[in-house]
Amino acid sequence: MINKFKYEFGFLPLFILFALVAPLIFDVNTSTGNIIYSTVLVVILFSYIGLRFKDWVVNNIIDAVFYALLFNVIFILPGFFKDNETLLSADRFVLIVMTIAFIIYKLVGKLKASKSQRLSENKTLVDLSGSVISIIIGLLFGLVIMLIFNPSQAFEGFWIILQGGFNEGFRSLGNTIYFAVPIILTGLSVAFAFRTGLFNIGASGQFTMGAFVAIFIGVKWGFIADINPLLHWFVAVFFAIIAGGIWGAIPGYLKAFNNVNEVVSSIMLNYIAMYINVLLIKKYIYNTAYNRTYDILSSSETPGLNLQHLFPNSSINGGIVVAILTVYLLHVILNKTTFGFELKAVGLNKSAAKYAGMNSKVNIVKSMAIAGGVAGLAGALTYLVAGKFLIPETVILSQGFTGIAISLLGLSSPIGVLFAGLFFGYLQQGGYYLQLLDFKPEIIDIIIAVIIYLSALSLFIQKFVIKGLKRRDDKNQQSEVIEGSDV
Amino acid sequence: MEYIVEMLNITKEFPGIKANDNVTLQLKKGEIHALLGENGAGKSTLMSVLFGLYTPEEGTIKVRGEEVVITNPNDANVHGIGMVHQHFKLVHNFTVAENIVLGYEDTKFGFLKFDDAVKKINDLSDKYKLKVDTSSLISDISVGMQQRVEILKMLYRDAEILIFDEPTAVLTPQEIEELMGIMKDLTKEGKSIILITHKLNEIKQVADRCSVLRKGKYIGTVEVENTSVEKMAEMMVGREVNFVVDKEDAKPKDTVLEVKNLTVRNHRLLKDVVKDISFEAKRGEILCIAGIEGNGQTQLVEAITGLTHVTSGNILLKGNDITKFSVREKNNAGVSHIPEDRHKHGLVLDYSLEENLILQSYFEEKFQERGFLRFDEIRQHAKKLIANFDIRSGKGPTTSARSMSGGNQQKAIVAREIDRDTDLLIAVQPTRGLDVGAIEYIHKQLIAQRDAGKAVLLISLELDEVLNVSDRIIVMYEGEAVGEFDPKKTNENELGLYMAGSKRSEA
Ligand SMILES: Nc1ncnc2c1ncn2[C@@H]1O[C@H](COP(=O)(O)OP(=O)(O)OP(=O)(O)O)[C@@H](O)[C@H]1O
Ligand SMILES: [Mg+2]
Repeated sequence: MINKFKYEFGFLPLFILFALVAPLIFDVNTSTGNIIYSTVLVVILFSYIGLRFKDWVVNNIIDAVFYALLFNVIFILPGFFKDNETLLSADRFVLIVMTIAFIIYKLVGKLKASKSQRLSENKTLVDLSGSVISIIIGLLFGLVIMLIFNPSQAFEGFWIILQGGFNEGFRSLGNTIYFAVPIILTGLSVAFAFRTGLFNIGASGQFTMGAFVAIFIGVKWGFIADINPLLHWFVAVFFAIIAGGIWGAIPGYLKAFNNVNEVVSSIMLNYIAMYINVLLIKKYIYNTAYNRTYDILSSSETPGLNLQHLFPNSSINGGIVVAILTVYLLHVILNKTTFGFELKAVGLNKSAAKYAGMNSKVNIVKSMAIAGGVAGLAGALTYLVAGKFLIPETVILSQGFTGIAISLLGLSSPIGVLFAGLFFGYLQQGGYYLQLLDFKPEIIDIIIAVIIYLSALSLFIQKFVIKGLKRRDDKNQQSEVIEGSDV
Repeated sequence: MEYIVEMLNITKEFPGIKANDNVTLQLKKGEIHALLGENGAGKSTLMSVLFGLYTPEEGTIKVRGEEVVITNPNDANVHGIGMVHQHFKLVHNFTVAENIVLGYEDTKFGFLKFDDAVKKINDLSDKYKLKVDTSSLISDISVGMQQRVEILKMLYRDAEILIFDEPTAVLTPQEIEELMGIMKDLTKEGKSIILITHKLNEIKQVADRCSVLRKGKYIGTVEVENTSVEKMAEMMVGREVNFVVDKEDAKPKDTVLEVKNLTVRNHRLLKDVVKDISFEAKRGEILCIAGIEGNGQTQLVEAITGLTHVTSGNILLKGNDITKFSVREKNNAGVSHIPEDRHKHGLVLDYSLEENLILQSYFEEKFQERGFLRFDEIRQHAKKLIANFDIRSGKGPTTSARSMSGGNQQKAIVAREIDRDTDLLIAVQPTRGLDVGAIEYIHKQLIAQRDAGKAVLLISLELDEVLNVSDRIIVMYEGEAVGEFDPKKTNENELGLYMAGSKRSEA
């Protein structure tokens, strides 16, 4: 009862009340007013989420306040500081310090959450060290390849790769994030399906369908913008998700009801998507002069949310916010809901799921539809950007396949995928600046691919991590026994 | 040299539990040595240590008098140690021969010398009377034959020391007889055997000596000949065990389950596996379906619970026709089901214990609120069942089901199904793999359910259980009900004749 009060009668009305009443009491458009307004709203919202879901991402009032501050630092303050470079720099500095501090705080919390004394049984520690070690191995292999192709500049080049998203400060950091968004989402698509026992190799096709639909609406449906300028983007994204979702649901349906392996059918659907894409572009939105799609209307571009002030001259936009929200949404679905409980059970043991009365067929379709929808969203966010266009050529877009590697690297957990995707964006930026040296773009692609794929070996590396930690545990234990016997 | 294997002062820990605590086991050459202990006492763990699957924290292992280090099953093979696991480890879409050879392939120019291998398998199978069909797929053969494949796998690798982890839990009485004979033959050949079983009469029948474990600790070793079954049970549980279930006479009331002319056709085998069966199960009685494995009991239960399609006939629950209901609808209407195969149906092995305990009820008010799981309630629920049913595991509610001992996995399922508190409880082999103490407890629970006014449908292959627990017995043979008996007015011999199909009463 008390809980009910807290959740339903406490926070949400409070949120709405404050959102409506505050503008009447003080002017929310001044800088202080705006900051207070957004801080209070975010604190209320996150306190609600934290209490409701009891999740490590948000689990106490400190978290809620922190997210509120972060929200201000990223989205509100740069808007006011945009003409003052010093203030902006200060803001950036605060952002970096806060981010690092928070990641450490969360990590330590998660590491300590393990109930076992033994290090080898601390899942977070094992996962994390596995990933870090495999990334190091990946990087070293990258270095070897650079030594092979361009020995004289290899170390200089390696340094550039390591600097990655920091090569040009916040500009390259912004681009890191911009490039990471589609990859995070396709990685998420693969990871989600994987957690439910399905291998979504068709993220490319779903991505393509989403991309086409988004561009189509962005080019043709300007009338929506007349109703409300924001609506245009939302509609484009919405239908892209639907298109990707349908493209994912087809192999799901075939798997569930006709026992067709989803790997085979989704590969075929990748090709079908590719050809349909060429066909439809040429038919409806073909800019013959440039051999590409028409430019989308500016009303359908992904909003920038003030991020361009913080990350000057970069291509960053609000896509990252959508990506993070999606990550959290899928994290909650998988770990907190009855729906996720069913999906995972079906993936882990289909017979037991059937015995328990779960409808595994419908669940397979739903799971693939969600995975497809997320890939479709990736397509939309990639192309709802000024100056981006599709070319009607028979090439399968690579983002879907990169998603597989990212999903592996992120250990199929949504939050892991978020970091893995950012890591990928970071490397890509490194690769971009590598062009300053004498490296061919193809070589750079190879280097990045090698790093990514080796990094995805973390599951394999984990075995060794566990072995090593076990040895330490045993040593610790022995010394404890000796100490104990003294008493 | 007296002992062929000596495991001295072995200690093996798992998170939260000492599975083996300073355990010593000495195996003489040519003997059958039984290993006895409650569920979770650490028997499988001890044997896995010997087989190289786990590395012990402390202790030494000597084989043929020499100290050895066994870090993986290949080492064990080298020392002539073979093991048949509690849950078989066979590749289901491989053939029998492929499974036997797997990991021990003989090659010539990189090609498998498969014909030689098949010949060796056939020779072994003739010699030890282990009948198998080398070219069948594992998924198509019976559990009994799968076990023979596991035994052949050991013999193919020339193992001298054979470990059997609960080999009889999944076998029919006839197959158990055969297996006992085979084990005796093997020891005559000079092989030494360690046998894990919960069935004390089997130990009496074949074993020379018996070592007892309790909660990870070594209790002692006895000569089987001079020790009574009761004494062994007491050593293992630490108290006296009642082998005869005392219960009052059943007072059957209104009908809960009514099965009318039920037929189930297997479309792959093109034959009716359940043929025109009719019966009623009433409140306050335990109705037992007895029969030799593979006579349609599995399909009958699957039809009632919704896992298989009914070809014709009707199933009524409390007067309502539920023939066409889905599994979920049947569950909700009041059917709970302890399934035959705990790993296939009963558990999601990679889920934790607490998650497994809500496998069919996660969507109920109690465990969710608008689609969000209520983790506190789920934890409370698990704690309650763990305490009530004495489910032992390393980490309590958060233990992954995979890491629990076989018997405790079974207890978890029984706990979940009984706790669901439905009008009809279908229990298929509910005590499979349980120790005598736990069996006593489960039997009491079944009777308590009956006395609480539920209908209990018990499917069992064990005649002891059938005669001891049930109030009414129906014998199934080749998919048909061939006779109905009052347990007080019948005996093992009579039931045996009906189960083997040599007699039938015309209804
Ligand atoms: N891999 C593992 N990880 C964690 N705990 C384990 C693991 N294997 C076994 N255990 C724990 O060790 C204890 C002993 O288990 P073991 O399987 O040896 O029991 P057992 O004597 O074979 O019982 P049963 O008769 O039920 O098969 C159990 O409490 C079990 O939960
Ligand atoms: Mg065992």
